[in-house]
Amino acid sequence: MKIDQISVFLENKSGRLAKVTRVLGEAGINIRALSLADTTDFGILRLIVNDSQKAMEVLKENGFTVGKTEVVAVEVEDKPGGLASILGVLSDHDINVEYMYAFVEQSGENAIIICRFDETDKAIYVLQKNNIAILKGEKLYQF
Amino acid sequence: MIWDKEFETLPREALEALKLKRLQNVVKRVYANVPFYKNTFDEKGFKPEDVESMDDLKRLPFTTKQDLRDNYPYGLFAVPLESVVRIHASSGTTGKPTVVGYTKKDIEIWAELMARALSAAGATKGDIIHNSYGYGLFTGGLGLHYGAERLGASVIPMSGGNSKKQIMIMEDFGSTILTCTPSYALSLAETAEEMGIDFKNLKLKTGLFGAEPWSEGIREEIERKLNLHAIDLYGLSEIIGPGVAVECMEAKRGLHVFEDHFIVEVINPETCETLTHGQRGELVFTTLTKEAFPLIRYRTRDISVLNPEPCICGRTFVRMERVNGRSDDMLIIRGVNVFPSQIESILMNIEGIEPHYLLIVDRKGTMDTLEIQVEVNERVFSDEIKNLQILGKRIEKDIKDFLGVSTIVKLVEPKTIQRSEGKAQRVIDKRKI
Repeated sequence: MKIDQISVFLENKSGRLAKVTRVLGEAGINIRALSLADTTDFGILRLIVNDSQKAMEVLKENGFTVGKTEVVAVEVEDKPGGLASILGVLSDHDINVEYMYAFVEQSGENAIIICRFDETDKAIYVLQKNNIAILKGEKLYQF
Repeated sequence: MIWDKEFETLPREALEALKLKRLQNVVKRVYANVPFYKNTFDEKGFKPEDVESMDDLKRLPFTTKQDLRDNYPYGLFAVPLESVVRIHASSGTTGKPTVVGYTKKDIEIWAELMARALSAAGATKGDIIHNSYGYGLFTGGLGLHYGAERLGASVIPMSGGNSKKQIMIMEDFGSTILTCTPSYALSLAETAEEMGIDFKNLKLKTGLFGAEPWSEGIREEIERKLNLHAIDLYGLSEIIGPGVAVECMEAKRGLHVFEDHFIVEVINPETCETLTHGQRGELVFTTLTKEAFPLIRYRTRDISVLNPEPCICGRTFVRMERVNGRSDDMLIIRGVNVFPSQIESILMNIEGIEPHYLLIVDRKGTMDTLEIQVEVNERVFSDEIKNLQILGKRIEKDIKDFLGVSTIVKLVEPKTIQRSEGKAQRVIDKRKI
């Protein structure tokens, strides 16, 4: 139920993001989803890729600081109010979203929200109890 | 082990008598042979015969780095050049280097002092000494080398740089003692890690580190990462090179100054008055036995404090606390005195922070700014922005609490701060004053 997300520390200077994507590209790794959070000095790039283990290895070899976190991919119907209903459920159970980012599934029917919760296991339990679809890793990596 | 039992454990009274005799002698020699000293003594109305007790030392003029520059290159030599068998020079970061010379006997004494230092660190003739101090104009390489040979150990003259090869040689040759700057030791630790080599599988047991200020935090870091005992070695080329003072293995608390060859004093760097034992100030050395390049009351700019308490190792020499700053390293940030070593100590107390940092001093309008670059490694990294911001704020707060100065912590990518191959560059001062 949990998805591996890798995060990369980037200084705010030109060429760093290009370097990450080049390193991954050369290693034949496909990026499924990404988000970049930034401050004035640095940024954190978060990625869902088709091979987390290999991505971490090649990035480390190239001198990047890399971390791995477990996140949850929630499927949301691509229509007004879709996200609001899910967040309502989570908030009712006092679950905090640390951050999230979204992309639209290839079929175009559903949106996928990648969520980082403060209490991941509790969030999964609550989502499942409320019949909200959670994507399995294998499915997401293979889109 | 004590290499020279007779002199290193000389009772204080006999040592003081020996120092006085040698001081009287060197004062006469410099007056007769070095025009610079004749002039400065004459100006003060001081005659060489006036040295009647150790108290008279206070009346002698100081020698400064500027005096060395003014007499570049050979002006302060006390012997004709044909008696000089070796010339070294200090790394002059600004302007010309300072030049020092040695007679055959000076080289002999230097080797003896370094053999003492190595013995104090526990080295014996059975050791394989991996010497990564730079060979060349810098006194570190050859100074250690001659001492190691005098001791009868096997010395590997590695010099600095080429870290991968250093690790390979350490592993293959079974090096037991490492000698280099503390910053280079950490650089070697990183290289070994990259190569997948664990220091636990190497034979290193002790390291003698010096030639730059370092903190207790860095000592712990080196001992942990390189799996050895880290011993502090002190020296400066103007006085002789490495081998002016060393920690003993038994106490590892303060460095014994080889007082039979050097008189050490601590002065207030502003007023120049001599301070008593226990008071912190600038170290001042007088060489007692050096022939080619004797110096009277040389101001080192190194900040330390002397401890006359007897030591468990049996040596009777006074101990100087590890040098953790230089009066010319001192940064004045908005009126607050800050030593890079103080910031280093604070950083080393924060779990996960690498011992590589860079201080950038600048001025915005009329305000000094101090930026501290710290590398983000996997131990402190987080996928959440707020956690990294908390880390930065925590460092800023610790520094503010301890030193009373506001700083800006900048988190940078790993290995972007330049690694040392000799002396580490920790400060960039961009202020134009």
